[in-house]
Amino acid sequence: MLGLNKRDTSFLIIVILLTMFTPFLMQPFSEGSAMAQFNGGYPDLMAKVAIFGIFAMGFNILFGLTGYLSFGHAAFLGVGSYSAVWMFKLLTLNVFPAIILSVIVAGLFSLLIGYISLRRSGIYFSILTLAMAEMSYRLAYSVFTPLTNGETGLQLRPGDPRILDAADASRYPNLFGLELSTSYKLEVLNHVFTFNVGFYFCAVIAIIAFYLTLRIFRSPFGMMLRAVKSNQNRMSFTGLNPRPYTLAAFVISGMYAGLAGGLLAVMDPLAGAERMQWTVGGEVVIMTILGGAGTLLGPVLGAGAIKYLENIFSKINETVLHSWFSFMPDGMEDVVVSFFAFFTGKGWALTLGLMFMLVVTFLPGGLVEGGQRIWNKIRRKKPDTPNNNPAE
Amino acid sequence: MDVIILQLLNGLDKGSAYALIALGLTLIFGTLGVVNFAHGALFMIGAFCAVTLQKVLNISSEAIDPTKTDFLGNPLVVKTPYVVNWFGPETGALIIDWSVPLALLVAVPIMILVGFIMERGLIKHFYHRPHADQILVTFGLAIVMQELIKQGFGANAIPTGAPDAFKGSYDFGNLLGFDPNVIIYPYWRMIYFAFSAIVIGAVFAFLRFTTFGMVVRAGMADRETVGLLGINIDKRFTIMFGIAAAVAGIAGVMYAPINSPNYHMGMDFLVLSFVVVVVGGMGSLPGAVLAGFMLGILESFASMNEVKNIFPGIDQIIIYLTAIIILLVRPRGLMGKRGVMED
Repeated sequence: MLGLNKRDTSFLIIVILLTMFTPFLMQPFSEGSAMAQFNGGYPDLMAKVAIFGIFAMGFNILFGLTGYLSFGHAAFLGVGSYSAVWMFKLLTLNVFPAIILSVIVAGLFSLLIGYISLRRSGIYFSILTLAMAEMSYRLAYSVFTPLTNGETGLQLRPGDPRILDAADASRYPNLFGLELSTSYKLEVLNHVFTFNVGFYFCAVIAIIAFYLTLRIFRSPFGMMLRAVKSNQNRMSFTGLNPRPYTLAAFVISGMYAGLAGGLLAVMDPLAGAERMQWTVGGEVVIMTILGGAGTLLGPVLGAGAIKYLENIFSKINETVLHSWFSFMPDGMEDVVVSFFAFFTGKGWALTLGLMFMLVVTFLPGGLVEGGQRIWNKIRRKKPDTPNNNPAE
Repeated sequence: MDVIILQLLNGLDKGSAYALIALGLTLIFGTLGVVNFAHGALFMIGAFCAVTLQKVLNISSEAIDPTKTDFLGNPLVVKTPYVVNWFGPETGALIIDWSVPLALLVAVPIMILVGFIMERGLIKHFYHRPHADQILVTFGLAIVMQELIKQGFGANAIPTGAPDAFKGSYDFGNLLGFDPNVIIYPYWRMIYFAFSAIVIGAVFAFLRFTTFGMVVRAGMADRETVGLLGINIDKRFTIMFGIAAAVAGIAGVMYAPINSPNYHMGMDFLVLSFVVVVVGGMGSLPGAVLAGFMLGILESFASMNEVKNIFPGIDQIIIYLTAIIILLVRPRGLMGKRGVMED
């Protein structure tokens, strides 16, 4: 089906089902129970998971397949957001022109940056992309203020032209008149499930993006990208020029990032320069590695895990901790609470950093490799020798 | 002319910080072959050594002075730092005043220790892994260090003053025959420049004129052969890692009065210092120093209004622009050796 073999088709169907039932999956605990705070089934978070899933999938096409480690992908995310908001301001609040423009603009921008950066490889490539992203960030703050609105960020205003929209049209991003913030709430057995138009829009796009990634991974083009990673010299000796392939991969991943940026603007029509900072680019690196670089599902899992945990951990403040450990004797409770408070609430980034270090050190294949190891243990199979020679 | 001299001077202190961090980075890269993304975090930890020492010295005993009242009419609580109690008012005040230079004494052992722990505990396991993995794990470590500092000291910048003797500025204009108040330059920045020149000189002298330095240089050139000659090169490289960490740390300590330390200063300097290293040439110590000063001065010239009127925004991007151009036309950097990571 759709040019996939049987195994991939069932894989794709499983992913589609998982995505479509996310509102159920991320809402496992009933309302009002003690575990309700672990529910992640609200539209904003779910949409973020889908969006950053797209971002990480795109990054994975570059890093996972060719091994080029870019720290500059945040620039494409930011450019995508800006172009989407401009489309909202000038043309129409319908989402399609906006995301189409953001993909195109991010693609062109990544063509420019990729053409320059890909002249070098290894650490030089990382630093070049880092410098490029930092440069775009600085410029967005200073010279391009008329385009980006500087520190305030680009946002919708009542006086925007919006030439295609009727005068009485919706004032929020919409899908042919259907506002993205529209939600339908379903209450079953004390559970509240929210079905949000915005989330399903992002989810459908994420599925399309996943399908494209799947096709790229299985195509001869994907094979070439893997060849770039495993041995560029040998590839050149066989008469193939690796440059066009890596550039194509860079542009594709830039377009994915632009798409993600456009979707971020669709969910919340505000674009700020801080989205272009290189630490945001670092975040997508963390997501991809944590999930498993070079695997199909890994980046999405990584994005989901990080966004979900970020949300949950940030909510666990000292009051919550005190209520958990209230069974302990007084002095001990305080010690335990202050210990955990170090890693939760505002300390979430610390936990993330530690987790990331542990994964890089002990589990270079990320969550996917971990899952495979456990699976192999259960089936008492000898583990395959992990074939991940990370990028040079 | 006076403007040019002023910008030159302004560039020197930033350039000194860049040069010191880049020197440490290059030492680590040259000896261990490790790309250390946590080096900016070491710089930050150094700055927070100064902050901590200042806080520690200001720990005070409280006594109620019944003879005086505060503005609410309550008896006045007099806070006296313990240091003042112990050393007498004059010496005590002097010690508190000089907390930043004193922090150097504390920072050096702490930073060497941090360096040892980092190298033995983490970096050691990454020698034979690809550079991408080294970047990733040290990037994770940088996040962890940054967050630890944020948890411990809060998210706001903490002002850390220079000794009173060095507050104020010197008027170079008078000295060089320009109008007064045209070229004024803060004393502490002069100290910073002199200090960094001494540190850089010391590191070079150490590598050039001691047996230890000779072995390390030999190890940088050909690690395997040095190992075959029966020298424990790993141990020496670990020590060099400690020294590099200490250089970054003391650069941070002395930088604290110039810019109040905050938890993200490490990440801010990290990108810049990597840029400096690649401009100077991966693995070249003189290159790192030269590029550090060069970029610092370039940055300060680019922030002149005359230049900004011609190229708007150039002051924000000049460093990155220079780096991109250098990487494209001369990938091994200004003084990089042929063949060291040159592709």
